[in-house]
Amino acid sequence: MSVHTTVLLGALLASAGAQAAGLPQKLGAGEGQLDIIAWPGYIERGDSDKAYDWVTGFEKQTGCKVNVKTAATSDEMVSLMTKGGYDLVTASGDASLRLIAGKRVQPINTALIGNWKNLDPRLQNGAWYVVKDQVYGTPYQWGPNVLLYNTEVFKTPPTSWSVVFEPQNLPDGKPNKGRVQAYDGPIYIADAALYLKTTQPELGIQSPYELTEKQYQAVLELLRKQQPLIHRYWHDATVQMSDVKNEGVAATSSWGYMVNGLQADKQPVASVVPKEGATGWADTTMLHSEAKHPNCAYQWMDWSLQPKVQGDVAAWFGSLPAVPAACTGSELLGAEGCKTNGFDNFDKIAFWKTPQAEGGKFVPYSRWTQDYIAIMGGR
Amino acid sequence: MSVAVATTGTPLRRLGNLLYRRPNLYLLMLLIPPLLWFGAIYLGSLLNLLWQGFYTFDDFSMTVTPELTLVNFAALFNPANFDIILRTLSMAVAVSLASAALAFPIAWYMARYTTGRTKAFFYIAVMMPMWASYIVKTYAWTLLLAKGGVAQWFVQRLHLEGLLQLLLDIPGVGGSTLSTSHLGRFLVFVYIWLPFMILPIQASLERLPPSLLQASADLGAKPRQTFMQVVLPLAVPGIAAGSIFTFSLTLGDFIVPQLVGPPGYFIGSMVYAQQGAIGNMPMAAAFTLVPIVLIAVYLSIVKRLGAFDAL
Repeated sequence: MSVHTTVLLGALLASAGAQAAGLPQKLGAGEGQLDIIAWPGYIERGDSDKAYDWVTGFEKQTGCKVNVKTAATSDEMVSLMTKGGYDLVTASGDASLRLIAGKRVQPINTALIGNWKNLDPRLQNGAWYVVKDQVYGTPYQWGPNVLLYNTEVFKTPPTSWSVVFEPQNLPDGKPNKGRVQAYDGPIYIADAALYLKTTQPELGIQSPYELTEKQYQAVLELLRKQQPLIHRYWHDATVQMSDVKNEGVAATSSWGYMVNGLQADKQPVASVVPKEGATGWADTTMLHSEAKHPNCAYQWMDWSLQPKVQGDVAAWFGSLPAVPAACTGSELLGAEGCKTNGFDNFDKIAFWKTPQAEGGKFVPYSRWTQDYIAIMGGR
Repeated sequence: MSVAVATTGTPLRRLGNLLYRRPNLYLLMLLIPPLLWFGAIYLGSLLNLLWQGFYTFDDFSMTVTPELTLVNFAALFNPANFDIILRTLSMAVAVSLASAALAFPIAWYMARYTTGRTKAFFYIAVMMPMWASYIVKTYAWTLLLAKGGVAQWFVQRLHLEGLLQLLLDIPGVGGSTLSTSHLGRFLVFVYIWLPFMILPIQASLERLPPSLLQASADLGAKPRQTFMQVVLPLAVPGIAAGSIFTFSLTLGDFIVPQLVGPPGYFIGSMVYAQQGAIGNMPMAAAFTLVPIVLIAVYLSIVKRLGAFDAL
């Protein structure tokens, strides 16, 4: 199976490389419309809060009417892109390589994107969107999967992910069973692998996305032990916020988006990147290989790399901008915004990418999917 | 003369005569549209869906290729997937039994002790919950069952926290909190499907002639004997009809399992995840076969028990 997948992948990548000769050299007029698949809260036009609007200005300037379809998981994004009919997708690292391998997205000509020069050098040539020197899209935002905790339970911030992985009593004296959550997606296996990388160094885990069979089994064992502790496997940001509020969830993997939302709601929560580090996501705006509105799409990619837009998105989503100038370029984000959201944590983050077999050395993503469904079901 | 008129009349008249002389043709023309609808659109799309179950899905690029394989159906029996089937099946059986037990007294009262306005009131009371959106009701239940919610408030007021904790500790029934327990999910299912059970039972009890009960009493049967040997056998078709609804609706549901109850997929949520999120249409199609088979088995069992003899 793994050999088969790799051969197929190789063939697909080769043909994608051959295609790339035909990069557009200049842009035509906008087509008047743009259809984007995005994470909830990523593309705001001021409906939720008037101040947070980075779509209206784009529509006025370019005449491209923006339609947004939100997706809750990376798998859903890949599925929507497969169905087609969209121009852009804000793909995370666990979707981007699959989109490239499946030829759902096309490489772009960065010379046509004026704001490309603003890009954070740390994100340039990221393995999750640059394949064989072809650039598949523009970085949009990044952020860690933080550990969200209840400040009434934890008087001092927890320092380790063990509070969600291992059975133990929390500082309030009660066990963590039924008071922690885990992410409802196979990529969460990497979170467990990252934890084991520090706590069981004898396993020799290098990257949480490249696990040998032996390492993989140890990780699954940890997740099986974790399952009885889990209150709910979350994938819906709103449901998680309600669980922290009403159901007494004390610690969980989460995003800055929920932390900001709950704090704005005056809930006693805070977040931390524990000593083991954290997995994180770096999202890329990618262009569909059969995009109907490529000119509008290029204009959006350019627009999205402005410091002000980047800063506003980061402020709203609790994420970090792909453009360092945004840290000082947005009133909404404020002077301390980048620091609060963890701009300096870049090196502590293992960015999501799709696990690949690489010739049978590592356990591929298809097994991650099957096994994680089984573990969530208690097997 | 009249024959000549009939054959040389206007085309419409000739068509009319043809149809008159060949009644089967007339019947066929009337039946073709509904048969086409049923055959092509209804059965055709269902078979097409099941056919997709034989296609191959590439896990990495997440694309479907029309190479035929039995892998998807075989995968239904691997332990994780079989767990999903068993989990859904046991919930469907429990929900059907509980709905029948709850619905019978209500249906009995509606059928035998209400007339006119009170009967109308009961009809409306039973059906009114069905007029509200199903998703709103389920979300409302998540709030009712939450730790700070109404249900737990009553439990605290009655000082039954210990009992609740005891219930939640039973494996297969409980969970970490009421809203993430099997019990909570069961309560929501029973609440949502109950009207589908009450109405068929009520209809079958309405048709039960009071004279049979009188005859049974005259012959010296005790109330219990009358119930077991006269009422219940005649009500079984209604219970069977109702249980087909509660059973199949639970088998296919994916919203309640997602919002209420412990981790672990149901058949419905698995189909939703495979098709909606992962795009693995072949596996989703293979899973769709499961409720079809289960309901076919269920119907044949019910038929053997004699549920349809009275139809």
